[in-house]
Amino acid sequence: MNLKLLSLFLIAATAVHAADWRQFRGPNGNGAANEAQVPTVLNASNSIAWKINLPGKGLSSPIIVGDRVFVTCSSGLKEQRLHVICYNAADGTKLWERQFWATGRTMCHEKIAVAAPTPVSDGKYIATIFSSNDIVCLDLDGNLIWFRGLGRDYPNASNSLGMSSSLLIAGGVVVAQVESQSEAFTVGLELATGLNRWKLERARGANWTSPVLLQTKGAELVALQSSKGLAAIDPATGRTVWNYTNSASSTPSSTADGARLFIPSQGLTALEFSGADAEPKQLWRSGQLRPGTPSPAVLGGKIFTMNDGGVLTCGNATTGDRLWQLRLKGPFSASPVVAGQFLYCVNEKGLAQVVDTTRPEGEVVSELDLGEMILSTPSIANGAIYFRSNGQLWKIGKS
Amino acid sequence: MLMKLFLRTLVLSCGVGLALAGLPPEMAEPVRVLRAVGPEGQGNVAASAAWKKLAAGNVSTLLPLLDAMDGANDYALNWLRAAVDSVASRELAAGRKLPQAELNEFLRDMKHSPRARRLAFELVMRVDPAATDQLLAGMLNDPSLEIRHDAVQKLIDQADKELARTNKTAAVSLFQQALGPARDVQQIDGIAGKLAELGQPVDLQKHFGFLADWKVIGPFDNTGNKGFETVYPPELTIDLTAEYDGKLGKVRWQDYTTKHQYGMVDLNQPCGKLKEVAGYATTDFYSDKARAVELRLGGKNSWRVWLNGRFVFAHDEYHTTAEIDQYRMPVQLQQGRNTILVKVCQNGEVADWTEEWEFQLRVTDSLGTPFASVSKSTTAPATNNK
Repeated sequence: MNLKLLSLFLIAATAVHAADWRQFRGPNGNGAANEAQVPTVLNASNSIAWKINLPGKGLSSPIIVGDRVFVTCSSGLKEQRLHVICYNAADGTKLWERQFWATGRTMCHEKIAVAAPTPVSDGKYIATIFSSNDIVCLDLDGNLIWFRGLGRDYPNASNSLGMSSSLLIAGGVVVAQVESQSEAFTVGLELATGLNRWKLERARGANWTSPVLLQTKGAELVALQSSKGLAAIDPATGRTVWNYTNSASSTPSSTADGARLFIPSQGLTALEFSGADAEPKQLWRSGQLRPGTPSPAVLGGKIFTMNDGGVLTCGNATTGDRLWQLRLKGPFSASPVVAGQFLYCVNEKGLAQVVDTTRPEGEVVSELDLGEMILSTPSIANGAIYFRSNGQLWKIGKS
Repeated sequence: MLMKLFLRTLVLSCGVGLALAGLPPEMAEPVRVLRAVGPEGQGNVAASAAWKKLAAGNVSTLLPLLDAMDGANDYALNWLRAAVDSVASRELAAGRKLPQAELNEFLRDMKHSPRARRLAFELVMRVDPAATDQLLAGMLNDPSLEIRHDAVQKLIDQADKELARTNKTAAVSLFQQALGPARDVQQIDGIAGKLAELGQPVDLQKHFGFLADWKVIGPFDNTGNKGFETVYPPELTIDLTAEYDGKLGKVRWQDYTTKHQYGMVDLNQPCGKLKEVAGYATTDFYSDKARAVELRLGGKNSWRVWLNGRFVFAHDEYHTTAEIDQYRMPVQLQQGRNTILVKVCQNGEVADWTEEWEFQLRVTDSLGTPFASVSKSTTAPATNNK
């Protein structure tokens, strides 16, 4: 293979990976897709590529790796049956399913589910945690790589309303943020084996936020948010690099955009950091951009926040200035996701709404009523958008 | 095939510990490795390689894999279950038949792991869904809670059909048949609701076995939730005649009997509706013999539990939500008197939904079958709190 061919191959491979959606809120963990060619007109008659029944409940988002869609569900008595399922993205056929028995507590609020956290993949493995704090790592073909029962290992780390923090892969470890009133820790598990590389004791308190990856100048940090604030840690060692101590929300997660981090704190607070060990500086703070349950999304210099009732606010990500507000049909739990100029929001009644963010005041340009309660954040990959409810998984876009 | 069945049965009859001995030689080592996994990822590295060998099996290895689940810990059960899933799915996709007769036989043998039997049941369901009713017949008292649930549900469905036909006598009979073996709280509540509508109310407090008679004392100080960690005198010794300094003055033990249908011990009643306080409740539970049981507690407040002076468990969480059997604590009862002590704390939140300062507790087996305290005549002295 000559150099030119090799270059073409690498570009093609990168393009495929760029269209994956491998974790909660997408490739960058900020709700933004690395692609813009996603359906913008949604209708029941010709935009649904396929729809399939799921075997259990779930708030977790589907993730997409190449031509495969991975979904988690929980079912059975006290939702003690945990499912990891792989579907063919092209036609929705099931490729494999693995089931496990929860080893930790599965009690959660009736509105949510044990399959609340979203899986994560590095392109080779898929790892997922459930509200019971059971973690499963499989390869893409469903071979079990390791299993951890953190709920059994650390039985006091539980929340009777349920746990929802999604995993993150960074620095060769799977970062699991397991934080409750009774016990709180974050653990870095070796991706290949599931063994503890480090375990960081955290301030006790209910926490449903997910870790976020910060990347700049070759530095890679993981932001751990809680009601106390936010700690940036080195994922390879668990060492705390800096702390933001001005309190933060325990529900919507922070959103990263390169070297900038938008924290649901005192409204919304933007920080910028310049390197691995440098303390971040505050860029701005805005009460007008305060998010509700949904986490913010950021793309193209704009940041989008939403309150639970459905008021969508667009802000300038550099200055924090509010640009416009638009009332959507709420209420919302799912976080918005964005591809190109279009923002995709789905409310709790299952009404998907597409917002053209380039209009002066934002404008809903399409709606699709999926007819079921949806609390799960949509996923975007390879020109399609995926929605999931407790009973269904939809692919909207090309089949 | 018959010889294989005979050997497998022979091995099982000799006890769970010998299950490994009956495995085909090529499976023995990988199964041993999977069964050796433990807390904090112990054995994961070796297990990953062993799993691949077992997952590459075929229909003939399914029964040995199910056998291997007998006596396995909860981590190992999941490794083995995933191997069964992998083998069964691949073989079915290839058009091969699962060993249905052997799976049926495995399912009927109560000596096997309840979870392995449930898995066998589900494998049969995959290839012969019509066999469900036949398989569930006679499984109302199954040690697998999932199988038992389905068998109970079958009766509930029959009762509902009789009710729809306005055949109330038959419906009552079927609901009552379902109530005894039911262990799932939702099923029990549903059955009790139907029976109440049919004029046959159920004493739920008694049915669930909630402990109703307690001595309570409080309030002690829990300002800033510090009382959860503070050792107050009842944690050192239970002297029902003693008087202590409480948060609002002198406090003494009081009799308290709950009438709540789900056995809630409401400290707001004897102590008043207070905030940032801690209280204690104690009761003696008499057992006819030493036995392993579970203490099952529900409530929205932070709590600590001791049995016979020994600390059992604690959970420091306020006002999320509560349900029956929210927390399960395996303990060993001694013959005769067993003293249970519960500390329950109330925080400083002032919203309406944070008023509860209460707990419920029952003593059960691992399936949730309640034990009632027996006559005091079988007493043996309990070790008091030190």
